[in-house]
Amino acid sequence: MEHGSFRNDTHASFTLAEEDHTLGNALRYVLCQDPRVTTATYNIQHPSLERVSIQVQTTGDPAREVFRDGCQELMLMNRHVRTVFDKAVAKFKVEEAARTKNAEEELKKQRDLFESMDIESN
Amino acid sequence: MSTKNKEEKRIVTEAEKIEAKNFNIHDLPDVPTGLPPHLELQRTRVICNELAPIHTGGIFYSGAYKSMGVDNSVNLEKFNEDFKVDVISLDETDIVFDMIGINAPMANAFRRILLAELPSMAIEKVFVANNTSLVQDEVLAQRLGLIPIAADPRLFEYLSENDQPNEKNTIVFKLHVKCPRGEPRLKVKTNELIWLPNGSEIVKESGGSDSKPKTYTSFSRSQDSFPEFANNPITPSLQDILIAKLGPGQEIELEAHAVKGIGKTHAKWSPVATAWYRMLPEVVLLKEFEDEEAVELVNVCPAKVFDIEDMGEGRKRAKVARPRDCTLCRECLREGKPELEAKAKAKAEAKAKAKERGEEKKAKPTEEKKEWVPQVELRRLRSHFIFTIESTGSQPPDVLFTEAVKILEDKCESVIAAHSEVDWS
Repeated sequence: MEHGSFRNDTHASFTLAEEDHTLGNALRYVLCQDPRVTTATYNIQHPSLERVSIQVQTTGDPAREVFRDGCQELMLMNRHVRTVFDKAVAKFKVEEAARTKNAEEELKKQRDLFESMDIESN
Repeated sequence: MSTKNKEEKRIVTEAEKIEAKNFNIHDLPDVPTGLPPHLELQRTRVICNELAPIHTGGIFYSGAYKSMGVDNSVNLEKFNEDFKVDVISLDETDIVFDMIGINAPMANAFRRILLAELPSMAIEKVFVANNTSLVQDEVLAQRLGLIPIAADPRLFEYLSENDQPNEKNTIVFKLHVKCPRGEPRLKVKTNELIWLPNGSEIVKESGGSDSKPKTYTSFSRSQDSFPEFANNPITPSLQDILIAKLGPGQEIELEAHAVKGIGKTHAKWSPVATAWYRMLPEVVLLKEFEDEEAVELVNVCPAKVFDIEDMGEGRKRAKVARPRDCTLCRECLREGKPELEAKAKAKAEAKAKAKERGEEKKAKPTEEKKEWVPQVELRRLRSHFIFTIESTGSQPPDVLFTEAVKILEDKCESVIAAHSEVDWS
């Protein structure tokens, strides 16, 4: 839901239902970073109502476009986070497998050495 | 020699005029670019003083440093370039990983989603046939609800009020334990919860005679036939959680139905034991700690952040060895300088003398305290988060984080969709 003015579309307030600080703060952060934005704030009018109100003021571009671009950018940032995380986990699992394999081989070598020493002492 | 007294007149050429027009002070080799160090510190670090941290709020506004000619905006390309993830440890239930280049609002969003908005399966309805134990029905039901169930919620659907419980949205467990007379007290643990893949066995009382008795669930096929559960029965995540204790002659007979839900509704549906993050600590020595002071500093820190390094000729110096282990206990900040002890002594003596002279001074508590001089600075890096996720067993922790990020993505998508539905023309 957007509250704005028909004459001046650089200022607008957007209400998101069934949302809270999770999305509100993240969106506000992304909007602040946009060079077209003069001010971006979010607030929750009452904690019992699950509603976030985001205010955007821009330097000339229509506020709803800037808001939409902000949502888009947050979405793409999340996608990137997911890709990088998956790669990091895969890499870690490969390294972990290599490490355990090396450790096992080391242990086996030591055991063989120990056994051969026993034979010698006998 | 003669030019010293005369003023040399030159004609400014066109080339020089163009050069003057295109001149940018930042092109000169020794003009510093970027922010001055104190502002950079304020922008990138939280400084943890003895009493409270400062600069805790992030400066995100893109034009914050416009007057200095520095652009504070972060666009998608820059974020993609700078963002890194390092997994420190990973096993079936826990993961510890570093996220570098991300910001607090997003990291907190992930944490909030992990705790409250990721679905999992938990017991919601309990049909008690017989309960002669000392644990009341409702208390028993509440305890059963909190038991973590090792079933992937992505394989199930939500059960709403109008739906019939069927094999796609319900898991049915049975618990029937009796403590025989003459035997010692019995502990009822979660290994007694038996999975019923064919659905509920409690028959509903119906007026007429039906060919097939109606139960509280309507399974059209056995959950055993699903490939995921074929040789993999659904059980609680841990088999030795104590549910109740039975004395001789007491019995519990009940059926428990587990459904899908999210942590926002009730904490039993939270798929993580907990999830938290901390920012990377940075410990900076503001002065050279030598010899005794160095040893004192190393001994004072309970997390063993500092180390002694030998400088030769028996001289020692303290250095920061493991800043990552710093727990911000601030023990290193509480030590006063040795010279200050002498100062404090002198002050106390002066006070005593004043008292002798009969001057009465109001006892100010701050005067008694040693003067605190910062010798060590504890900081946190604002864009480096050490995330820890402990899963309860329904899904591995790396899957949980991926799902959490997906949920945030879906939220953004739904906002965009709702936005573009309305015709603004």
